[in-house]
Formats: sequence, structure tokens, C-alpha cells
Amino acid sequence: MIAKLISSLRAPVLAVAAALLLCSLALIISDANPISAFGAMIGQVNENTSAVDILNSTAIYMIAAIAAAIGFHMNLLNIGIEGQYRIGAVVAVIVGSAISLPGVLHWLVVLLVAMLAGAAWAALPAFLKVTRGVHEVLSTIMMNSIAAGLAAYLINPDVFGRLVGSSKSTEELPESAWVSGLDLGDRGEIFGLVLLAAAVAVGYWFMMGRTRFGFELKASGESPTAALAGGISSTRMIVIAMLMSGAVAGLIAMPEILGRDHVFTQNFTLGYGFAGIGIALIGRNHPVGIVFGSLLWAFLEKSKLALDDVHVPREIATIMQGTIVLAVVIAYEIVKRMDRAAEQRSVGRRAAAAELVSADAEAAGEK
Amino acid sequence: MANPLATLGDSATFIPAAPARRRLPAWATAVIAIVAVFGVLTITSILDDQPLLTSSGIMSNTITFALPIMLVGLGGIWSERSGSINIGLEGMMILGTWGAAWGGYNWGPVGALVTGAVFGALGGLVHALATVTFGVNHIVSGVAINLLGAGIARYLSTLIFEPITKNARDSPQIPRFDSFQLLPQGMSDSLQQLERDQSPVLSNLAGVVRGFLGEISPLLIISVLLLVGSYFVLWRSPFGLRLRSCGENPVAAESLGINVYRYKYIAITISGAFAGLGGAVLVLGAKVAAYTEGQTGGRGFIGLAAMIFGNWRPGGMLAGAGLFGYADGLQLGGTSEAVHALLYGAAIAAGLAAVWQLYRRKVRTAVLLAMVAIAVYALYYVTDELPEELVSYTPHIVTLIVLAFAAQRLRPPAANGVPYRRGEGD
Amino acid sequence: MDATTGDVPGDEPADVPAVRLAGITKRFPGVVANQDVELTVRLGEVHALCGENGAGKSTLMKILYGMQPPDRGTIEVGGQLVRFRSPSDAIRAGIGMVHQHFMLADNLTVQENVVLGAERLHGIGRRARARISELAAATGLTVDPSTLVEQLGVADRQRVEILKVLYRGARIIILDEPTAVLVPQEVDELFDTLRSMRAEGYTFLFISHKLDEVRAIADTVTVIRRGTTVGSVNPKEVTSRQLAEMMVGSELPSPETRLSTVTENEVLRVQGLRLDSADGRTLLRHLDLSVHAGEIVGIAGVEGNGQTELVETIMGMRKASAGEVFLGERNLTKASTLARREAGIGYIPEDRTRHGLLLTQPLWVNRILGHQTREPSFRGALLNIAGARSDTRRIVNEFDVRTPSIDVAASSLSGGNQQKLVIGRELSGDPVLLIAAHPTRGVDVGAQAAIWDQIKDARANGLAVLLVSADLDELIGLSDTIKVMFSGRFVADADPANVTPEDLGSAMTGATAKDAETDEEGLPVVEHDQAGGES
Repeated sequence: MIAKLISSLRAPVLAVAAALLLCSLALIISDANPISAFGAMIGQVNENTSAVDILNSTAIYMIAAIAAAIGFHMNLLNIGIEGQYRIGAVVAVIVGSAISLPGVLHWLVVLLVAMLAGAAWAALPAFLKVTRGVHEVLSTIMMNSIAAGLAAYLINPDVFGRLVGSSKSTEELPESAWVSGLDLGDRGEIFGLVLLAAAVAVGYWFMMGRTRFGFELKASGESPTAALAGGISSTRMIVIAMLMSGAVAGLIAMPEILGRDHVFTQNFTLGYGFAGIGIALIGRNHPVGIVFGSLLWAFLEKSKLALDDVHVPREIATIMQGTIVLAVVIAYEIVKRMDRAAEQRSVGRRAAAAELVSADAEAAGEK
Repeated sequence: MANPLATLGDSATFIPAAPARRRLPAWATAVIAIVAVFGVLTITSILDDQPLLTSSGIMSNTITFALPIMLVGLGGIWSERSGSINIGLEGMMILGTWGAAWGGYNWGPVGALVTGAVFGALGGLVHALATVTFGVNHIVSGVAINLLGAGIARYLSTLIFEPITKNARDSPQIPRFDSFQLLPQGMSDSLQQLERDQSPVLSNLAGVVRGFLGEISPLLIISVLLLVGSYFVLWRSPFGLRLRSCGENPVAAESLGINVYRYKYIAITISGAFAGLGGAVLVLGAKVAAYTEGQTGGRGFIGLAAMIFGNWRPGGMLAGAGLFGYADGLQLGGTSEAVHALLYGAAIAAGLAAVWQLYRRKVRTAVLLAMVAIAVYALYYVTDELPEELVSYTPHIVTLIVLAFAAQRLRPPAANGVPYRRGEGD
Repeated sequence: MDATTGDVPGDEPADVPAVRLAGITKRFPGVVANQDVELTVRLGEVHALCGENGAGKSTLMKILYGMQPPDRGTIEVGGQLVRFRSPSDAIRAGIGMVHQHFMLADNLTVQENVVLGAERLHGIGRRARARISELAAATGLTVDPSTLVEQLGVADRQRVEILKVLYRGARIIILDEPTAVLVPQEVDELFDTLRSMRAEGYTFLFISHKLDEVRAIADTVTVIRRGTTVGSVNPKEVTSRQLAEMMVGSELPSPETRLSTVTENEVLRVQGLRLDSADGRTLLRHLDLSVHAGEIVGIAGVEGNGQTELVETIMGMRKASAGEVFLGERNLTKASTLARREAGIGYIPEDRTRHGLLLTQPLWVNRILGHQTREPSFRGALLNIAGARSDTRRIVNEFDVRTPSIDVAASSLSGGNQQKLVIGRELSGDPVLLIAAHPTRGVDVGAQAAIWDQIKDARANGLAVLLVSADLDELIGLSDTIKVMFSGRFVADADPANVTPEDLGSAMTGATAKDAETDEEGLPVVEHDQAGGES
């Protein structure tokens, strides 16, 4: 069990080390001190609200990564998570501020609407894929751009929005829709919906490992032909996976909106979608890997501010993120090949030994 | 990008195949397509009173916007013909825009082109390393390169541009190429007059001619040469044959002594160079010739869509690039009424397509297209103009529509995206 | 014979062998593919190399063609010692290889496929085309060189492969299982081509396990077993049976069975089944089929005549255009694949790597595939992992699947063991109907015998079996009744008790004697003494 854990950690550890090396090189080239840069990055965790911010971000990244991972299991690259969570957020806030329900029910409904909106935004790419064979990478990227336009249109004061100063925003969510968190005073406030992220993670782990659907999803993604012979329709799986991915994606902005902002504005946070894809790749779509990957990513994001203080371009952190993703997938390929060769050797040895045994028996006994 | 749903092929080799349909020669299809498109646009501009649709300004915009898309599409063709899906073209294009700004700042417009291409090629090299040597999934590698490209460009900007412009998002302006007039001044003036006259068909024609042929930029010439050159290299030379075989059946190529790895590396690197070049052309053709963060705006992906639209051939891809370039040019240079008029044009086009399908006796498709025509016309009729927030994404919407309809008759290279390892053949 | 001998002065040219392999040894991780192989091929002869699947023939030929280097041993071509680092070296030495699975790019033309890699010889334009036309005559290829390969039938594709080899100046040609995909008529044409080319001085090395054909065309036969040479013989002096025993090393296992267990209980009924492809071809035409409990119905036919489509339509993987499928009383025509499996159909697919297994997953995960809604893999509303694991252990024991554990990936198992696992899985869950498509393809002899026994046992217990196979001996030995399929329809019936492979072979080409007797279904019955009257 421990051995298995260590062997599955080989690749990511190797990759992170490689990425550290490359980024140190980049820093040295640009006349900065890698040690003080990394030192600043690590040191800032303890300052102000950093630790809590990292925790909050980790929760959000986890949701994004799980959305991506569900797609990945079915060999679908849902690049559209960016657009799906944007639409999920804007529609959920608009609907949420238009209705009124008692406390818990209100924000539960808002969450539900976010999921439905996200799934709806993923529906067209899913439909195009199964009926016309359009590759989901292209269609979802287009949907992302259109989502930006649609969201901007929806928060236009003439439509569903209002002007706050000179920027556009939705109406504010009534307090019954707010989700309170854990206030740690100077250290910041932990979003209440961090628990949502945890619930999604547990649900994901359970679904993939223990349910028939999870099995069918993995089988379909690995070999659509074998799955077809095994009674699994890949068309059905593609649609369900995309919709589910979109639904989970819809939740990404909810912790921030329900716990802190209570509105959707022009200055909406971008980039969670791509982060989710990267983290799912780092964590190999595995729930535990995703948790650690999210933590790492959140840490790197937060450290950008610290880098500013030591006059190192904060993009180093972005490059680190990209390099880690690339390094991890390469490392996984290498490790996979090594493992497969080892396994074949071991099976071959056993088969050869068995052959010797039966050949001896043949020689010794009757012809 | 192979259709993953095509799981069950036909093993039935002894059952006689359907008779092959006669195909028109490529130039005939091209002429028909051009006439058809011009026809639809002209009719729309007349009936909807939107002379902008075929105005010289918009036409010249079309070229400006189509060129980067075309170069990226060319890059896509080089890569995918060798069997490697290259989603990272956007990232390579971003690197190209940065490189072009830096090169242009130091060495003028030629420097911009060269440096842009080199930066893009470096991105391609990384993609090749990941996919060919390490066998990483093509699309995953592409996504990673998009992330990296954006990050590196931003990083280098803060390092090199910020000290100059005090703004990490923009580079200093770089010198452009001088364009030259192809038409003699007198002819150009009379065309302009004709255009202003707003007489049906003639004015439209005048607008198109003046827009396309009026001012020719060296960028256009270079791009066209590269396009034609790519066709000849890929389809008429031994090098190109070998490269294409790597994308059709790499195991067969290997069995004939071809070093598949080498050809893929070359193809992917060239593909990156083209994407970088596309970025350079984007910078040189922009209103302000400089690098701006986020400049590419998804054109790397639109170029891929153009490639798919063109069935992985340069000619068709050019048509796709033209289509997207036109949409881009119209939304940037025109009015939202003009874009709104496109709906009208789309309805007409769908209607014509329905009639054509009826002629080919594909009744179901014809009915579907007719329904689409009616729906689009209804949309046009009900609205006065499209929301301006959405109008800026016209090219993306057009891309989606094109993908939806073009997908069926496609024939990507047979081994596209299939991981290949030497010696694992039968 | 000294393994390191180079050119020996004084030899007559006719004595110098075209090819001599001496002491060739090749190991892969865990497997010894070739051990001390000796092979001598005379100039201008057709030399056959025979052996079981997995005996090492393919590896040996890959070594000769430069695709793999030998660990030990020497290769001589025309008396000269050579070392091949890649196929280009072998091609330069005059050796060409026609692979079993054609190495052709469908989207490229015949001309492009032929000149690929050899562009320096005659360019890629007019000169190349002229040279191709010259050589095409020798191979019997008549199509225009600018035809796309995907439009060619199997026999023409093979001709293109031979053309490729001739274009590069090969004088020694290796043919890897060339008749595997050919109809008997096409086999005759191929052999005629070989004979006329042999007369012009070409040398052929012919890999096959079809012993009758080998005896018809070869001048010498070398038998390989378990990676080593067993011996070389003159095929005119031995019988097929003797050759087979050389290949296997012991008494041939025989699937023969005479005790009838057929009942009246109809399990599978197919009525008027019709399948049209997307581009308008009719793949299956009005098929009627009936399989009873305790009966094995065999389907004979050359690959590509609709057998795959028939099996996939019965399994629900393809949607029938017309007709019905009944399992007992249940009409399954509109049912999904999963529903059909749950109703009691087990399926052994013809390509286990594509349709039967998830190669990167451990064995116990593969146990669940196809059975993910039933015991023991599924209980209540969730997967029962413990149940799946313990049942996998049972299958490994009962079906003799050789593996270190149930946690290894399926790809690590040998073909035979993979197949045994699939069969074990499909026979679990008490099926009423088993569809077995080429159940012993790519499986070594020992496993083959075991698989036949398992199928026979299941049949004795009342299982209905639909057997599709290209192995005529297997078909004749196992089936209670045989139907011959051609071009998407059943064209003849045969009684395995008194039909031979040759009779079946000609019926499989669609030719049946005009005065043949017909059975209740109106189909001609293939009879043994029709040998003389075929058209």
C-alpha cells in the first residue's frame, strides 16, 4: 500500500523538481535571485490573510479540477469550463436576486441554478460532438468567447444589470442567499462553501470508484469499442459527461460570490477553468491528486503578490504553473512506460517458468 | 481530429462499394464558391440597403484579418498532415506576437517577421518534444503550451517592454511595411466613385475590386507565396509525400525506411513558425502596430477551424480564413446594422443550400436547411440590431456554425493524433 | 557449416543460397522469440516457413528485413555477410517484404504508396508512373496508378504491396501470410503470379500456416516451433498432417465430436435480418438463422462477407435496418447491447484487444466489463469490488489463465491467456447463448485445445453457440451444422459430418453446383463429391 503510494508520487515529485529547476534558470537569466524569490513565496504564507486565502482558493480550484477530470475520464477536453462557470455565475446571481426564499433554501436554489446554467452551456458542444463529430476543444473555446459576450450583455443596465459607479454589475443578492463562513478576524474568513468543495470531492471519489456510472465512464474513455461491446453507449456517456462537467463547472464561482461578493460584475475572476484543467492533469484525475494539486496551484497563485515585493516579475509563478503541468504529463508518460516494461518482464518470467515446468512434465510423463 | 465515435468500421470488403461520384476540379469549385458568396452578399446589401457589406473598406479589412488566421491555418495543416494535432497554435501565435514586437522594435518590419516566426517555432519545438519524444497526448501538450505561451509573453513583457512603455501590457510601436498601390490612381478613383454611386451590383463589384486590389501589402504577398509554396512542397515533392505519409500511416512509412520522428519534428516546428508568423502579421497589421496582451483573442483556434473547414487542404483553408476574416473585419469596421444584415444573408444562403440539397435529392437535409433559413430570417426580422457585446464575437459564432455544418464530409489525415512509437508496428 | 563463413571462392553461382540465416537468436523481455534458427533459401525457389502462432516466424522475418536486430547469429545474402540496421539496408540488399497487414495509406494513391521512401529511384512524377506501369503487368495489377488505395479490394492491395517491393529492385521477396485474406480464386491467381515470377529468377520466402496451400506452391518447407527450426523438407514428400505434427510437436488436438446434444429448444432466432451501411451498401441481406440449446451453429465464410456485421447486429452494436432478433420468447430487436447481455448473451469478440478488454486495466476490472449490472460485480446499487475480485480469481483458476495476480494489466498477458480470461468471463453469469467469433485466433495450441473443451462442455450443458471462424478445421470439428456466408447472405448449408475444408472453401467463394440438393430452407447443401462439378 505504501509502496504503491510512493510509486504514484514519483512522477509528480520529479516534475515539480524539474519545474523548480527551470524556473530558477529563468530567474537567474533575468537577474533575480531564485533563493530569495522562493523564500519570499514560502514566507508569505504566514502573513496576513494568506493562509486563509490559499485555503479558499484551493476549494475553488478543486471544484474546477473535478469538472475537468469528469470530462477527462471520457477523453473529453472540456476547455469550456471558463465559459460554463461564467454563465453559471451570471445566471445564478440574476435569478437569485429576482426571487425570494427563506435562508438555506435560497442559496441552495442559487447553487442549483448555477449547475443547470453551466450544464446548459456545455450542452451545445456535447450535442455538436455526438451528432456532427465536432471536436469539443474547438467548440468549447468558441463558447467561452461567446459566454464573455453574453455575460456582458446580460449585466447591461438595459437588460438585467445596473450601474454601480461606472461599472456594470448585477443586482445584489438578498441576504437570505448569502453563505456565511468562519471568521478568523485578522487572518481572514474561510468561505462556508469550502464545505461544498469537500462534498463535491467526496462525491466524485465515490462516483468514480464505486458506482456503475463511474465504471462505465472510465471504460468508455479508455476504449469506446470495448465499452460498446460491453453494453455501454459512448454517445450517451459523452453527453452525460459533458453535462456533468458543465454542471460542476457552474459551481466554481459560487464560493466567492455567495460568501464574499454577492454580485456578479465586469471584474469577474478569470482563469479558474484553465487552472482546473492543469490541476486535473497534475493530479491524474484522482481525487487525492486533485486536492494536492489544487493546494499547490493556490499556493503559486498567492505567491505572485509576494514576488512583487522582491521585484521579481510575478509571471514567474504563471510559468511555473505551465511548466509543472507539462513536466508532470511527460513524467507520467515516462513512468508509465517503465512500469509497463517491468510488468511485462514479470509476467514473461512467470510464463517462461511455467512453460519449463510443463515441458518437464511433458518430457517426464507421457508424450 | 479523428471522430472518436467512428468505432465500428466496415469489414465488408467483398460487398461492392457504392460507385464513386464524379468530382469537379478544384478550380471550378473555387470559382463557383466565389461567385456564390459574392452573389449572396450583393443581394443582401441591395435588399437590406447595406452597402458596407461589400465596401472597399470592409474588403481590405477582410484581408488584414484573414491573413493571420490563414497563416495559423497553414501551420495547422503542416502539423496535422504529419499526424500531430496542434492545439497549441494559440500559444505559439502569442509568442509570435511578442517576438514580432521585440524584433520589429530592434530591426524593423522584416525583423518582426523573422523573430515572430522564430519564437513560434520554439513553441513548436517544445510541443514536438512532448508529443513525439515523450508520447504525451497531443491535446494536453497543446493546452499546456497555450498556458506557457501566454505566461512567457507576459513575463518577457514586464522584463523588456515595461521599462520602455511603462506598461507591462503593451510594447512600443514598431515600424510597418509600406504597402503599394496596385491599381493606377485614376482607376482607383473611378472605382471609388462607382462605389459611392450605389448602383446595384456594379458598386458592390467596385467595392470588392478596390478593397482587394487597391493597396497591396508585402504581408499579403508573402502570405500568398507561403500558401502556394506549402501546397507545392506538401503535395508535389518527395519531402511532402513522406511527411503526409507520416500522418496517414506512420507504421507503413517506417516500414519503408522513413524516419517518422524526424518528419514530425520538422512539421511541428514549421507549424509553430507559421503560427508565430501569423502573430507577426497580426501585430504588423493592427491599428497600432504593437504587441498588446490578449491580442490574439482566440485566433489560434479560429485558424484551426479554418483548417478543418478546408478539409486539411490549403485552398479550402484559405476560404475558411476569408470567411472568418470577413466576419472579423465587418464587426470591427462596420456598424452593428451591417452585422445584423449578415443574418439576412445567412438566411438567403441557407435557403439556396436547401434548394441545392433538394436537387441532390437529400430531402431531409434540405428540409433542415429550410427550417434554419426560416429561423434565421425570423431572428433578423424580429431584431433591429444585435447586442453590441455579442457583435464583437461574430467570428467565434460564425466559427461554431461553420464547424457544425462542415463536420460531415471531412477527411482528416488517417493517423492524426494517434500516438506513434517506433517499432511498435505489426 | 560455419556460421561466420563469408564468400567461399570456388562455389558455383547456383550453389550460393539467396539467403542464409544461421544461429539467429532474439530475446524480448521475458520471451525468447528465436533460438538458434537455421534457414537456407535457394536462389529462384519458393520457400515456405511454417509454424504455429507465436512460434517465432514473424520475428525471424522482421530480423531478415532489418526491422529488428538479432541478438546473435548471422545473415548472408547471396553469399555475402550482411548486417541490417533498418529496412533500408535490407532493401538495398535486394530483399522486399509484403506484410500480412498491408502497409498502405488509404488516402494516398497507388503511385504515391509505391514511390514513398524510394523517391530517388525514379522521382515521383512521370518517370515513376512509367516504371510502375511496366512492373504492374508482372503482378497482374490493372488499375490506374492515380487511384486512391482505399478504393481497391484486398487482392489488388496485395498486388500494390508486391509492386512496392519490385519497384525497389527486390529479387528476394518475403510474403507474410499472403493468403490469409484471399478467396481461393485469388489464391490461385497469386500462385500463378508467383510461379511466373519464379521463372524470371525471383526468390520467394512464404510464411504461412495453411498447409494445403504451402504444399501446392512451395519447393521447400522449413518448420519452426517454439522459436527454433525443426527441420526442412520437400513438401511433395510429406503429408499435411505430418507437417502439422512437426509444427506442433505432438499429436494434433482435434475438435472432433460426435455426440449430439442438440435439443428442440430454440434459443436464438433471427428473421429477415437486413443491415444497410451509411453509404447505402447492403451489408446483410434477409438473413434467417436458428440456434437451439445444446447446438453449435458454425458460420463459414471468407472475412469481409458480413460475418462481423452479423455478429455485431445480433449483439445490438449495430442497428438492424429490417428484420428481428429473438432470444427464446423475447424480441430483442430494439434492445440495447446491455439489455441483450443481461438477457443471457455472452460474446467472445473476434478482436479481443478492441472489443473485449480494457488493456490498461487490471484483470478484475476487466471481469466487470459487460457485467457491470449483474452479480457478482454489482449488488444493490453499487459495484461489488470484492465480489468481482474473488470471481476473477475463480476464473483464473478454472480457465487456467497464466498470470502472477489479478492486479496486472490485461495488456501484460499473452494472447492466449487474454482469450481464456474473456471466455471465462463470458461463460460466467450463466448465458443461454454464446456468440464466439474466431475464438482461437492468435491463441497457442495448448490454449486452443482448452478453449475447445470449454465450449464443448458448455454446449453439453445446454448452451446454444453461434460460432464464426476462418479456421475450417475448427468449424467442422465443433459445429453441429454449418452455414456458408457470402456477400451478406447465407448461400449454402453443410453437414460437418461429411464435408471437407476444400468443399467449404469453394462454397465460400459463392460457387455451388447447379444440381446440388437443397435443404428445408431452400439452401443448397454442400456435398463432398461435388469436387468435380464446380464452376
